[in-house]
Amino acid sequence: MQLRVRALETILLEKGYIEPAALDALIDTYETRIGPRNGARVVAKAWVDPDFRTRLFADGTAAIGSLGYGGRSGNHLVALENTASVHNMVVCTLCSCYPWAVLGLPPLWYKSAPYRSRAVAEPRAVLREFGVEVPSDTEIRVWDSTAELRYLVIPMRPAGTDGWSEAALADLVTRDSMIGTGVLARPEAAR
Amino acid sequence: MNGAADMGGMHGFGPVEPEPNEPVFHAAWEKSAFALNMAIGVAGVWNLDAFRFARESLPPPQYLNTSYYGLWVVTLENMMLKHGIATREEIDAGRALAPAAMATQPVTAAMVANMVRCGSPYDRAAPAPAKFKVGDKVRARNMHPKTHTRLPRYVRGHAGEVVRIVGCHVFPDSNASGAGEDPHWLYTVRFDGRELWGADSDPTVRVAIEAWEPYLEPA
Repeated sequence: MQLRVRALETILLEKGYIEPAALDALIDTYETRIGPRNGARVVAKAWVDPDFRTRLFADGTAAIGSLGYGGRSGNHLVALENTASVHNMVVCTLCSCYPWAVLGLPPLWYKSAPYRSRAVAEPRAVLREFGVEVPSDTEIRVWDSTAELRYLVIPMRPAGTDGWSEAALADLVTRDSMIGTGVLARPEAAR
Repeated sequence: MNGAADMGGMHGFGPVEPEPNEPVFHAAWEKSAFALNMAIGVAGVWNLDAFRFARESLPPPQYLNTSYYGLWVVTLENMMLKHGIATREEIDAGRALAPAAMATQPVTAAMVANMVRCGSPYDRAAPAPAKFKVGDKVRARNMHPKTHTRLPRYVRGHAGEVVRIVGCHVFPDSNASGAGEDPHWLYTVRFDGRELWGADSDPTVRVAIEAWEPYLEPA
C-alpha cells in the first residue's frame, strides 16, 4: 500500500494538481489542532454555562461556532444529552461519518466492521465491550449518521465535581464519552 | 447499492476492539492517503458523494479485506483513472509520463485551510414545503437501487417516526452520479429496535437515521 500511495502522490504533485505544502497542512491540522479536546471544551462549557447549554441544544452548529469550531464535518452539528433515563450513542453504518470539527478523525474501531454492524442491532453488547454497563431501564438511542448531520454526545457530568473550573472539567471528558461508548466516572480527586 | 459498506445488522465480524492511546495515523502512508484525498477533493474533480459511491462499489471481498485507509487509496486510484488524472502506465511507473490532461490550479495550503475552516454545508434553498412534520409516522421505502443511496438496508420497509426536520439538503443519490444536487427535505427518523430486529430484541433500543424525503412514504 505504501508504494501505491507514493505512486499516486508523485503523479498528483508532478502534474501540478496539489502543492506539497497542502498535504503537510492537512496532516498537521488533524494530528495537532483538531481533536477531541475541542469537543471536551464544548462539553465542559455546556455543564457550567446554562446559556451556552441552551444554545447548544437549540442550534449546535452556531454554538460550537461561537467557540471557533465548525467547518469540515461540523457544518451541521446536533448535540445529544445523556441523562439517567436516555443514553445516546453514535455510529455510521455506511462509512465513517464523524464530527471531525469537535472530535478530530475517528478511531479505527469506529470505522471497523464490528462496530458498524453491531452498534445499531445490539448496542448494549457493544457497550459492554467498552466496559460500559447502562442500567437495564435506560433507553438506548443509537444515531446512525447517514447524511451530513454530525452528532456530539454530551455525557453526564460526573458526581463530585461541583465548583470545578471549566478547564478542569474539560480534562475529565474522554473521546469515547462524546461518541456514547464511554461514561465518565467520579474522578479520583473528588473521592 | 447493496454493497459491502452497508453493514448495519450483519453478523460475524467479532468483537469491537478499542486500541488504548491510539495514534491519529498508524503509518506514514495513511497520512498521505488521508491528505491526498482531502486535497484532491478541493480541486473539485469529483464530489464527496461520488467518492463514497466509488468506495462502496468495490467488490465485497475486496472491500472487506482492505484496511480503512487502504480503501481510500484504492478508491483514489480508481477515481484518478476514471477522470483521466493518471493512466495505468503512470501508476505502474510511479510517476507522471505526460502533463496534466486538464488545465488546473494547484491546490495550495491556503486552499485546504479554507476548506477545513469552512467545510461544505449541504443545506440548500427548499424548492417546495416539507411533506412530513415532527411526529409523523413514516415508512422507509423498500428500494434497492444499484446506484448510490444513503438509505441503509436494515431500515427498508420499516416504520418509524419523524423526530427532526433537518432542512433541505443535497441529495447524495443524485449528486454521486454527477446529475446535480437535486436538494430534498432531510429528516431524522427514529425506529423502535423491535420494529427493526424483531420481537426478541432489546425493547429499550431506538435507532435513528437521516432520511431524505424520496426515501420515505406515509405509514
